[in-house]
Amino acid sequence: MHLRKLVWREMFERKNQLATSFLAILLGIAVVVSIRNITFYSEKAVARQLDALGANVLVLPKSVSLQDYYSADMQNDEFPEEYVQRLALSDLQGLDNLSPKLSLPVKLKDRGFTLTGILPKSEFQAKAMWAGAGIFSRPAEGCGTVADVPGAFRPESKEMLVRQRVIEDLGDSEALVGADVAAILGTKEGDSLDVLGRTFNVTAVLPQTGTVDDSRIFAHLHTVQELAGKGPVINAIEIVGCCKEISGGLVQKINKLLPDAKVVTVTQVVDTQVKTNGMMARLSLIFLGIIVLVGGASIANYMYANVFERRREIGTLMALGAGSSVILKLFLLKALLLGLAGGVCGYILGTALAVALGPRLAGIPVLPMPLLVIWAIGISVAIALAASYFPARHAARLDPCTTLQEV
Amino acid sequence: MRLEAVSKSYLHRGRTVAALDQASLEIAPGDFVAVVGPSGSGKSTLLLVLGGMLSPSTGRVFLNGRSLYDLTPNERANIRRTKIGFVFQTFNLVPYLTALENVQIPLFLAGLDEATQKQRATALLGRVGLADRLDHKPAELSIGQQQRVALARVLANDPEIILADEPTGNLDPETGQQILDLLAEMNREGRTVVMVTHDPRAAARARQTLRLQDGRITVG
Repeated sequence: MHLRKLVWREMFERKNQLATSFLAILLGIAVVVSIRNITFYSEKAVARQLDALGANVLVLPKSVSLQDYYSADMQNDEFPEEYVQRLALSDLQGLDNLSPKLSLPVKLKDRGFTLTGILPKSEFQAKAMWAGAGIFSRPAEGCGTVADVPGAFRPESKEMLVRQRVIEDLGDSEALVGADVAAILGTKEGDSLDVLGRTFNVTAVLPQTGTVDDSRIFAHLHTVQELAGKGPVINAIEIVGCCKEISGGLVQKINKLLPDAKVVTVTQVVDTQVKTNGMMARLSLIFLGIIVLVGGASIANYMYANVFERRREIGTLMALGAGSSVILKLFLLKALLLGLAGGVCGYILGTALAVALGPRLAGIPVLPMPLLVIWAIGISVAIALAASYFPARHAARLDPCTTLQEV
Repeated sequence: MRLEAVSKSYLHRGRTVAALDQASLEIAPGDFVAVVGPSGSGKSTLLLVLGGMLSPSTGRVFLNGRSLYDLTPNERANIRRTKIGFVFQTFNLVPYLTALENVQIPLFLAGLDEATQKQRATALLGRVGLADRLDHKPAELSIGQQQRVALARVLANDPEIILADEPTGNLDPETGQQILDLLAEMNREGRTVVMVTHDPRAAARARQTLRLQDGRITVG
């Protein structure tokens, strides 16, 4: 006879009670896990939607105002492309995406358009040194651009370009044209387009946005620089910054790094991101609190009932000379075993529910989160232990005959 | 074993009921004492107070010169484990353990290894005539066999005092007689036996009879 055997025998003697206790823990934990899992991916989805609002920090030449930037996006003032490298190599946190660009006015069929040079993402990634600086990895949770979620819905490259100026690949002689440009010039995908004496192959016609972007022709930054003949210069860097970092003084830090440039935040975008992310985080916390409370109460109820049911057995053991520590260990070991089993199984069930129901209920893809297994076991064991500890300690402190109810 | 002016009262439906009223007595080592009296006279309370199972409201209980209720609960548990054996009217066997495992409990609590536990428990069950019922659970045993398992369990840690609460109360006369024989045998081995009983034949087996009436002790 030893403690483990005593606990094990008792558990399987009362199979019905074991099943109900286990079920209570299992369901409580499954609900916690599934809601946390769905909430996590909902937050990601919301953050991804917020990113679609576009850049929230702009680096412009000193002489240019934000109004100039929005009205035509063309100014004669430029700064060196090397600024991008400086940002990339800095230890600044919260720069989720950098998009340098150079815009030139062009005339095609007597109509004025804008030729905008952009740097495709592949060019950044090709430079290991830059990629190592963590530009395309998400530095912190909560806001800004999210890390790629495998299997998750990803906007088409065209839309990414329209909203964020992010495109995976763009050849030297490839161009993407805005909706108005395509309509006026009668250009389709696959056509050739002569701009400033250079022939571009139109790889895509962008969807209508209702902004100046509809009158743009996007090409590789270095090609546009070549056509401008001004060397490696740009006239804006659009940054998708993590709003938490922006609130923490990212703009000032960029300003310090690039003293000859003007750094401005797009306040509306940042405000929306901060508010929405804060709201999501609070909602998630409230959900978690409620579920832990409800699940915890149900687990506690079952564990308490178990101690109460076994008071005669406790009295017998105490009459035979069991000290309070033996009584406590007896219940805590059982709680530990139930908590562990309930936590692991609750995680599996909760994850399965989240993965199955997430897309239907929240309209988002949900993937298993291995980290939650630690949470599940932690919560489950802690609640089971706490729920058993207090009634068991109370029973262990009573006179044995009170628990025996012999008098 | 000595009781000094022990009183025990408890609340029952808002009324204070005195189970023991200024009870004093001394039981010599190796004695066999029967405690008799009508229902509700405080017999079981006396036994539980003697065994360190129920704190008296006032008064003191001494065992080998030590005041039991001045000790911590764990120290009292230690005394129950090493010096006192309880026999309950309802046996109080652990239902999900076999006869062998039930007898092993006090040995496990005493910290003995499993092989020694099994060896001693098997010998004790053999002594009470249950060598062929080692792996039976209480529900698979007759009432008399259950009480014998309880007696074997009492003997596990070789206690010097045995407190028996109506040990024959639930048994037929023949089985009751067997249990009384076993208790008498334990007393002959030098153990003190205090037995609460309603049965005059059982009380007649004791060397001394104490009568309880309304919580007061008189020597019978």
